[in-house]
Amino acid sequence: MRCAPADDVFILSLILRNAFRHRLRTLLTITGLTVAVVAFGLLQTVVDAWYAGAAAASSTRLVTRNAISLAFSLPVNYENRIRGVDGVARVARSNWFGGIYKEPRNFFPQFAVSDNYLDLYPEFILPEDQRAAYLRDRKGALVGRQLADSYGFKVGDVLPLRGAIYPGTWEFVVRGIFEGSDSTKVTRQMLFHWDYLNERMRKTAPRRADLVGVYIVGIDTIDNAAAASVNVDALFSNSLAETLTETEQAFQLGFVAMSDQIIAAIRIVSYVVIFIIMAVMANTMAMSARERTAEYATLKALGFGPRFLGSLILGESLMICFMGAGLGLALTGPAASAFKEAVGGIFPVFEVSGTTLALQAGCAVVIGIAAAIVPAISAARVRIVDGLRSIA
Amino acid sequence: MALPVNYVVRNLWTRRVTTALTAGGLALVVFVFATVLMLDAGLKRTLVTTGEFDNVVVIRKGSETEIQSGITRAQAAAIETHPAVAIGPDGLRVVSKETVVLISLKKVGAAKPSNVIIRGTSPAGVALRPQVRLASGRTFTPGSTQIIVGSAIAKGFEGAGIGSTLHFAQRDWTIVGVLDGGGSGFDSEVWGDVDQLMQAFRRVVYSSMALRLADGADFDALRADVDTDPRLTNEAKREQVFYSDQSRALSTFINILGMTLTAIFSIGAMIGAMITMYASVANRVGEIGTLRALGFRRSNVLAAFLLEALLLGLAGGVAGLALASLMQFASFSTINFQTFADLAFSFILTPGIAAKTLLFSVAMGLLGGFLPALGASRLQIVDALRAA
Repeated sequence: MRCAPADDVFILSLILRNAFRHRLRTLLTITGLTVAVVAFGLLQTVVDAWYAGAAAASSTRLVTRNAISLAFSLPVNYENRIRGVDGVARVARSNWFGGIYKEPRNFFPQFAVSDNYLDLYPEFILPEDQRAAYLRDRKGALVGRQLADSYGFKVGDVLPLRGAIYPGTWEFVVRGIFEGSDSTKVTRQMLFHWDYLNERMRKTAPRRADLVGVYIVGIDTIDNAAAASVNVDALFSNSLAETLTETEQAFQLGFVAMSDQIIAAIRIVSYVVIFIIMAVMANTMAMSARERTAEYATLKALGFGPRFLGSLILGESLMICFMGAGLGLALTGPAASAFKEAVGGIFPVFEVSGTTLALQAGCAVVIGIAAAIVPAISAARVRIVDGLRSIA
Repeated sequence: MALPVNYVVRNLWTRRVTTALTAGGLALVVFVFATVLMLDAGLKRTLVTTGEFDNVVVIRKGSETEIQSGITRAQAAAIETHPAVAIGPDGLRVVSKETVVLISLKKVGAAKPSNVIIRGTSPAGVALRPQVRLASGRTFTPGSTQIIVGSAIAKGFEGAGIGSTLHFAQRDWTIVGVLDGGGSGFDSEVWGDVDQLMQAFRRVVYSSMALRLADGADFDALRADVDTDPRLTNEAKREQVFYSDQSRALSTFINILGMTLTAIFSIGAMIGAMITMYASVANRVGEIGTLRALGFRRSNVLAAFLLEALLLGLAGGVAGLALASLMQFASFSTINFQTFADLAFSFILTPGIAAKTLLFSVAMGLLGGFLPALGASRLQIVDALRAA
């Protein structure tokens, strides 16, 4: 049967009326879809957040560390030798401090860094007066905006940390708060003077002084990254402290890889939620179609073809899915902000990406089609006599 | 008089597809719920079996983990001579002074290396951990560059089989054996001779000490003496406490993540159960009227529909649990946030978890089915009969 344009409107309104014939059931299904779409979006965003450090890494920065593992340091005299390698523009020192602020669960990264460190990180923006104040104060420290916000640190605050790697209680004075150049930059960290750390270690544990955790190596152009890495490592091969140099991104991905099975589990689970809701949706459509077998037979008796019945069911399924997904898409943003607040800074960067939104919409279409397949086929196949005879 | 159970079961069977789809949705939620509990149980068991009750670990005060800790030789000697320390059959004190560091090894199939704990120990250290056995090969000879690897390392990392060598700290280390830690954290470690490793890593201090108490009750005395001795900057912990403290962050993380997911998913599954039960009620309005007219009470109808929901939940629960029990064959390895080293553990299904899971699935079914069942029991006989 051919449809004129006017018939399209008729079909649409028929689908809409069918969809809301069981108002409670449809509302429940839409609620379920919304919950699932939001959950899927949140899980995808959690996975993205894991990679935030690597995504924000610059490709003109290399990280040189001890080849054995990160737990081993490098001698401070490597700095000048690395600076001499072709293509290297700047070298900064950075030591993981691993101090505890009040309680172990108040975890945030602290790095003892050389004073040229911020030159390598143009994405961290620090007011000039605060920078000057930081450079003047040996116990001075800089905290990122996200960190300052989560603990309420202000310029001038005294920050005591209990050292886990470097023993003793350490006091710092917040001299500046740096901002990220955009919202994808992780500023949940604290920086302080490498010299402060080193001087104190010289006094208390001389064997642990003059050691650098990692060198951050700035190169002049991206093209030099591979050559510079190889040349730096060649410089120290077969020495007491062999080095491993890689791009900052590869370095950050190394951390992500250590928890790859957790990430894989979250990914799997985010697709499980889609399966759950697919079962719910398929159930709704199966029930609706079963109840209307007699109606479909009537339509067939009136001369409507199997294709018409199929598109009627598919249309209804897709319409319900779009409503649920639309609501879910609209709620994902607010839910992500609420989630970020609730987990309190575990994920400094927690933004719903465009890919995630597209995936959510794509899943809704897949659910809508998958749920309609079986009912549509059986409705198309139903014999008029059997259909008219059937009682739901 | 109650409605026969047979009636309820047949009702579910008549709507096979719908029942299967709803139970399937419930089963997936139950599966996620159960695997999270199993993972946490596996993690706990791994770390509890790592510790012996009478064993004590000594680390530097405030260092939290062995990796960050340091104990000087003088301090180690002072602690070793404490009267609470057991004396072995050979007349020596049962003490192992150890060095614990991280090395990077490549996991099978991974692009990036993972951190692995390498522990420098001694024959006394091996004896202190009775759960550790040799799975194959032999143990390392003291004073040599031989090492033995944990079973999870031998399985999960490249080039970590017997006879291969690992190169680090300017030396080649030959793997001569595989140790079986009985599911403990030692399965994820590499062991070698303490003096050789300290020499190779240019270390002059030990990382930690493990010792056995002559009498488990002496622990408090030992801890107090370690705390008050002005020469010592160390702290003593029972081995079991020490290892379970190390897994706290990972365990909390797994629990929070898992429970949040389960909570969100269960909403979806409950909605599914509710839809099914509402439909089940709506299709049988006439039938319900007939039942009421025959003399069955409202409470009988309510009970019958609740039982139907309960069975639906139970079907989902059993299916989900069966699926989850397959996970016992899988093992999980990830970084422990506190020690910064890779830790392998498995999914463990305990009777407690099975009971919790089934209870959870039945509760989901009941919660989803309550409103529809209530609606069914409230129908007026006349209206219901007329609807048929």
